[in-house]
Amino acid sequence: METTTHHEDLHRDDTASKLGMWLFIFTEILLFGGMFIVYSVYRYKNPVAFHIAHEELSIPMGFINTVILLISSATVAISISSIQKGDRKLTIRMLVVTLLLALTFLINKYFEWGAKFEHGMYPGSDLMANLSHGDMLFFSLYFFMTGLHAVHIIVGMILLGVSLYKVQKGLVHSTRFALLENSGLYWHLVDLIWIFLFPLFYLIH
Amino acid sequence: MSENNHHISSYKDHLLVLLILIFLTVITVAITSIELGPFNTAAAMLIASVKAAVVLLYFMHLKFDHKIYRITVGIVLAIYAAVIVVTFFDYFYR
Repeated sequence: METTTHHEDLHRDDTASKLGMWLFIFTEILLFGGMFIVYSVYRYKNPVAFHIAHEELSIPMGFINTVILLISSATVAISISSIQKGDRKLTIRMLVVTLLLALTFLINKYFEWGAKFEHGMYPGSDLMANLSHGDMLFFSLYFFMTGLHAVHIIVGMILLGVSLYKVQKGLVHSTRFALLENSGLYWHLVDLIWIFLFPLFYLIH
Repeated sequence: MSENNHHISSYKDHLLVLLILIFLTVITVAITSIELGPFNTAAAMLIASVKAAVVLLYFMHLKFDHKIYRITVGIVLAIYAAVIVVTFFDYFYR
């Protein structure tokens, strides 16, 4: 196990690795940011269609998923604090809770999308093809942006899963936690994107 | 490198931040359920930005980390804001 004096046999730069993670996050911000601009412009050009189309989305469902993601962000933040304090057990527990919350989010999304699919509303369907221009734009953007966000949820789950495994193995610990910290940053990014997706698609009218 | 005086956020702070975020979400839902015309969008986006700032500063630890992170995040957000402004100038005055 760890000795109290820190022996630096391997080169390691946590600040740089975190900066690298941030650089990657910037590309993600600009990716989703670009799509938010596309959404805003089309909304500005098709206000009536977007207003009617948005009423198809369930606000309670979106609200529940928002709260789930917010809680999961807090549990990740707690897991990072606890690994720094050397409380491995709490770290593991918090990461397991986070992964379960992420799974719940995806299950909710499955039902939300599933209900749309049952009504024949899915990308490439006849119903979508026959929608008015504005409606089609709204639902295409809805499926694309929430879909891409869901992909990010899955990637985040993989990153947190690997971190969890390494915490259990003792490879991530109180003096070496950059992996968990960076995975946490990614998870917060996923939360950050949803913070804007929720009002834009579900609430604004 | 050693970060001996590394700031560790307390569990209580994280829970407090979580409560604030949920509270702001409830407020957003409440505000957008009443008819305020164009102010609906403005209010929802303003609150979402506040929530994003809270997540960036506290959950993503920007408030306590080295300032190089804050500076780079600031630059990226400024570039993004500039792109938004330019795009909408284009669409409004076309």
